[in-house]
Amino acid sequence: MNPVMHGDVLIIGAGIIGSALAEQCARRGLRVAVAEAAIPAAGTSAAGMGHLVVLDDNPAELALSRDGLARWQARRHELPANAEYRACGTLWLARDEAEMQEAERKQAGYQQHGLSSNLLPATALRKLEPALAPNLAGALQVPDDAVLYPPVASRWLLQNAQALGAQLWCKAQVSSVDDEGVARLADGRLLRARHIVIAAGNASATLLPGLPLKPRKGQLLITERYPQRIRHQLVELGYIRSAHASDGDSVAFNVQPRATGQLLIGSSRQFHDTDPAINWPLLQAMLSRALEYLPSLRQLQALRSWAGFRPATPDKLPLLGKVPGHSRLWLATGHEGLGITTALASAHLLADLLCEQAPALDPTPYNPARFGPWSLADQHHPVGVAA
Amino acid sequence: MSSELHTDIAIIGAGPAGMAAAIAACAQGAHVTLVDDNPRPGGQIWRGGPSQAPASASSTFRQLADSQARLLSGFRVAAIPAPGQLLLEDPHRAQVLRYGKLIIASGARERLLPFPGWTLPGVTGAGGLQALVKGGLDVRDQHIVLAGTGPLLLASAATLRAAGAQVLLIAEQAPWSQLARFGWALKAYPAKLAQAASLAWQLGGVPYHHASHVLAALGQTRLEGVQLQLGARTLTLPCDWLGVGYGLLPNTELLRALHCQISQGAAEVDALMQTSQAGIYAVGEATGIGGVDKALLEGRIAGLAATGAVAAAQALAPRRKRQLAFAALLDKHFALQPAITQLAQPDTLVCRCEDVSHASLQLFDSWREAKLQTRCGMGACQGRICGAACESLYGWQGSGDRPPLLPTRLGSLLEPTLAKANPT
Repeated sequence: MNPVMHGDVLIIGAGIIGSALAEQCARRGLRVAVAEAAIPAAGTSAAGMGHLVVLDDNPAELALSRDGLARWQARRHELPANAEYRACGTLWLARDEAEMQEAERKQAGYQQHGLSSNLLPATALRKLEPALAPNLAGALQVPDDAVLYPPVASRWLLQNAQALGAQLWCKAQVSSVDDEGVARLADGRLLRARHIVIAAGNASATLLPGLPLKPRKGQLLITERYPQRIRHQLVELGYIRSAHASDGDSVAFNVQPRATGQLLIGSSRQFHDTDPAINWPLLQAMLSRALEYLPSLRQLQALRSWAGFRPATPDKLPLLGKVPGHSRLWLATGHEGLGITTALASAHLLADLLCEQAPALDPTPYNPARFGPWSLADQHHPVGVAA
Repeated sequence: MSSELHTDIAIIGAGPAGMAAAIAACAQGAHVTLVDDNPRPGGQIWRGGPSQAPASASSTFRQLADSQARLLSGFRVAAIPAPGQLLLEDPHRAQVLRYGKLIIASGARERLLPFPGWTLPGVTGAGGLQALVKGGLDVRDQHIVLAGTGPLLLASAATLRAAGAQVLLIAEQAPWSQLARFGWALKAYPAKLAQAASLAWQLGGVPYHHASHVLAALGQTRLEGVQLQLGARTLTLPCDWLGVGYGLLPNTELLRALHCQISQGAAEVDALMQTSQAGIYAVGEATGIGGVDKALLEGRIAGLAATGAVAAAQALAPRRKRQLAFAALLDKHFALQPAITQLAQPDTLVCRCEDVSHASLQLFDSWREAKLQTRCGMGACQGRICGAACESLYGWQGSGDRPPLLPTRLGSLLEPTLAKANPT
């Protein structure tokens, strides 16, 4: 069968990473096609909080999240109103003096990189967010962090790409890819491009067995609408410990005020649970944690809870670059919980690599080759896909 | 009350089906707990309890009162934290109910479809208006128009009239040919025929128009009038209330959450009313809209079957055929005419919780996509109203339900006995 599509770049997956990359490639004049197995922005991109946050746990994470946030900030006025971009800032909450010292260390780190942040003692914190538990020791305010509504932002990026000529193939399940630039769809059609980028989140592993990627389950709960009582994204300082724990189940307090007046309550992290249903004990642990910080939540009406799966690599950094040992096959996935924040940064970096230009950020820490080589699926027996 | 209750048979919904199930199960000596979100048993049809229900209901109310069934009124099922457990909530507390077997008599709700002005204050469901009046709404000398489809319009009109309202007109969307066939078929159901005749008698003088429907509700901040399509002509009438209901839809949220098979919008059951999940039964409107006689019979069958009185349940089972045939008649003769799904204008809201217009939904191909991009169905009703509208208007099937079943206090989700296993 002759390939039905010829182009420069075929992107597999129309989540926020694939969509941002499609836009970036289209802007550079590349002929782009996006193959989406289901509908755009309906996987991990739709399940998360949409917190645009600079995380400073390691230099590579900081560089990518910082660049990502800056790019969202620069484009905030282009975003449609229903993307609900709000520069609410983050308050990193300290429970006690030990955590307050951690906040100070964190501030020193931000300062070193020219990022603004303010240490708030308990009294100032109470003034800023009176609903917080009175026994907190203080907080670090990071004023430039923001929030948005990811499904709409993701769709906007994809529409920008389409306006620049990118083709979108929906319900196009890719069952195998090769290094000749050919992707075979489950219905037998072939797509051919100079480069193929796998940006399929957790599903990427079905195309590349051995890919060091594991789904990491997270649960969120959203309340009904209320008059605005919280003004900042609230995160406990212990969040990073939870986010970077390499195994086991964990919860960390993380609450976001939505533009609708709803509160989005997180967070949990779980490996080994691939059931998309709510894990009740963990949901309860998460809510108990939330009540410790915001006791008045108890009386609010919970509207909906759901689970999603973050595509997590062993070092929690994304996979951006060529599949080891391949020349035309690329990866853009593995963003764990930072895919929304870093989508635009990842797209720029990968587009630079695709165009053989030097990226502004050092791509080494995200290079998939850091985990060594792994083999492609046997082309005749694609894994995990119904023929 | 302790925060955890145990029961052999949990019955959800204390309408006729749930009451009949409770009576039958109690008679077998089982420990029965009947959960209902209203203050009193009776369901929608016998709302307000024995004093307001027809004489035929009184023996059911009496038998329930005489039974050993534990009645949890004012409790809603909030979530299913684990197999065999229900999290219940009332305005003050939360409660875990552990059960051996479950009978779901969750009833039905009205199908509301969007038309211009349908969100104005003064516009309600046809059955909704009846319920408001039973609940104490004063409609004396108020001018009321009822529209939609099905026998509920007549029952509602009778209630409104008895409460002193002036029912100006009933607009039934079904064409005369369908109504005539339905009327002819009713002769096989003398009781229903007598009921219809009695309603007709009570409604003497109220114009009843077939092949007719509401085009628009008119008014600035509140309903002032209604524009109607009456056969080939249109008519504008001033009125105070407009009740519009396009038939009933089974409430299947709890069934779906328990992974019970649903087909054509209703629970799939075997001859003994068991769903696709062992030990979970569905009865009454939840298995298909068929009215009170079907509900009472199905309740009895399930009450017997769930308590092991299988032979007695089997003996009753053949009687269902007749009730199912009646349900099929309703379905067939009051099927929606195509015009009813064409009433929404581009700016007509389809999802009133999240203010999503018809025009913005027409851009999408699926419920999931529309939900993500517009928040349609993500508001307080969680798609209970707009879900049916989207199915009728766009042919979309619902996409995954997300707990809780109804908005629930955060504190209730923390009901301590739920947390058996803390995460390590």
